[in-house]
Amino acid sequence: MSSAAKRALLAPVVDDNPVTLHVLGICSALAVTTSLLPSLYMCLALTVVATLANTAVSAIRHILPTSIRIIVQMTIIASLVIVVDESLKAFAFETSRELSVFVGLIITNCIVLGRTESFASKNRVGLSFLDGIGNGLGYSVILILVASTRELLGAGTLLGYAILPTVADGGWYSPNGMMLLPPSAFFVIGLIIWAVRTWKAEQVEKPEFRIHEVHRTEAL
Amino acid sequence: MGNYVELFIKAVFVENLALSFFLGMCTFLAVSKRIQTAFGLGAAVIVVQLITVPTNTFLYHYVLEEGALAWAGLPDVDLSFLGLVTYIGVIAAMVQILEMVLDRYFPPLFHALGIYLPLITVNCAILGGTLFSVQRDYTMPESIVYGIGSGFGWALALVGLAGIREKLKYSDVPAGLQGLGITFIIVGLMSLGFMAFAGIQL
Amino acid sequence: MSEPEQKSPRKTDTVVGTLVVALVVSLVCSSFVASAAVLLKPRQVANAILDMRRNILEVAGLLDPESDVEALFDGIEPRVVDLETGAYVEDADPEAFDPAEAAKDPERSVEVPAEIDVARVGRRANHALVYEVRRDGEVSKIILPVSGYGLWSTMYGFLALEADGNTVADITFYSHGETPGLGDFIGKPAWRGLWRGKRAFDESGKVELQVVKGRVSADDPLADYHVDGVSGATLTGNGVTNMMEYWLGDHGYGPYLRNIQRGEGT
Repeated sequence: MSSAAKRALLAPVVDDNPVTLHVLGICSALAVTTSLLPSLYMCLALTVVATLANTAVSAIRHILPTSIRIIVQMTIIASLVIVVDESLKAFAFETSRELSVFVGLIITNCIVLGRTESFASKNRVGLSFLDGIGNGLGYSVILILVASTRELLGAGTLLGYAILPTVADGGWYSPNGMMLLPPSAFFVIGLIIWAVRTWKAEQVEKPEFRIHEVHRTEAL
Repeated sequence: MGNYVELFIKAVFVENLALSFFLGMCTFLAVSKRIQTAFGLGAAVIVVQLITVPTNTFLYHYVLEEGALAWAGLPDVDLSFLGLVTYIGVIAAMVQILEMVLDRYFPPLFHALGIYLPLITVNCAILGGTLFSVQRDYTMPESIVYGIGSGFGWALALVGLAGIREKLKYSDVPAGLQGLGITFIIVGLMSLGFMAFAGIQL
Repeated sequence: MSEPEQKSPRKTDTVVGTLVVALVVSLVCSSFVASAAVLLKPRQVANAILDMRRNILEVAGLLDPESDVEALFDGIEPRVVDLETGAYVEDADPEAFDPAEAAKDPERSVEVPAEIDVARVGRRANHALVYEVRRDGEVSKIILPVSGYGLWSTMYGFLALEADGNTVADITFYSHGETPGLGDFIGKPAWRGLWRGKRAFDESGKVELQVVKGRVSADDPLADYHVDGVSGATLTGNGVTNMMEYWLGDHGYGPYLRNIQRGEGT
């Protein structure tokens, strides 16, 4: 695998993560992370759409008129999302009902349009394909982390299997109900960002103001 | 009437698109650094939501839904699978038209809102509002109320967050949490506050 | 990383080129989407029916992962009931009757008067689809679809009564948006177990079945009619109580259940 290909595939996972660094695509993601199974389907759906959209846009990049660039990309993405949505309804009925409108919202997921516009319209088909998978993976890593934390702490289970036996079932763990409510998704993702940035210090944002001690003489 | 008021309150507080459905997060986090810009974007979202939610709901009920084309003599046609493409097309077109109308007739308003309008096309709160309205089978008047309510709720959350972030500039946040990290934690706390409105019946 | 290609003026940047590309993209996308939708439609419809049948079998206590849902459903007979009179509508086809659609049609539904609409049903269809579980030709259970507003949104479920039209056999909720970790107790098997053997109507025919706040105390004279609630989720419990009050009342299945109790059910 060439270095460019490797970069396209792996960089978005941690170093260039679309969610924690670029604040892209969190919109539709967090609402489905109360349990792990729907999150996995969501990751799969997004990765498929991102990869295929990237490939398709890259394939037609030379004949795509500049004036209708965005709308054509939106059309391609929307068509892919519809097909994914319909397939989920046909093959994973239960999960598709839990995901409700959030599969449809992949259309406005900034990761997909962001990558087709900034990467696929300027790069070769092969690279764009890998970039799509890479960004899908980067998104999936965050989603799976958030979903595992919330399901484990909120219900004591993972994928529905009991990991921490709850008090209600005669165990010792009393579930933290807040983990199943929307606010916890924000807390968990905030903490993940903190952890990633402590590990990769170059991602830390510069504060706009810095408070420092001022010597009395200096202040005067 | 009472039930419209209730729907409005619910769309603003309990089912706040930003804080309980996480919609429109990208712009929500990016454009919440200053109160003034937050006001601009908030106003634009309310206007677009007010136009697109009822329009899309109307299209769904009279064109796309199974059996909706009965008035055209096609009672067996089910076009609901075209929903997503239609909604996003309507949103993109409406934003474009709104931009042109504002530019032509209300230049000051255009200058105030103009730069935010393109952002709105890819704002999931707009598409989300439409999808919820269709999924919950709102009638036309209900969808108008829901459109305003959900837009207003989103704008309220945005302005609130911008206010907090302006104050936060002067506080000493741990390095790793600086910027995005602490913003997420604050949004979490705001979301917790908005949840207190659950179960209110009017 | 390879250098991104330089932007060069494209051959298609003309009006005709733009139109041609737009047309081709639309054609390709629409045929792709339409064929996927048409191919997958039968499967989706089958899924929806299967899912509903599974819910009904579950509340009937017949669901068995080993057996085929279709085969099990043979023992269940859908019947259309006129809620006003409580009599069966013999000439209606249960297969073709869609209660959700009927509830929206002004000609086939009525508005629920505000003072008795405790469950916030809004409109209810004139007819309802109930299911009779038959064993050896005899009706052993009656399954009634119920709905009502909880804390966050409308809860949908089934209430199964024994053949006497009074004793509760089971209750399930197949769709609700109650608070995870608190209000979602309504879907838990342990709580459903509390309903078994409870009674819906007292001697005078009044609906007494309700979810109380906290636990049912031992000296509660109506212990036979009361079900434990969950503290912290009182409003969800109230929602279920309201649902019972409306659907078992005179505007709901009341007339139908009185027929059953008199032995005129079938």
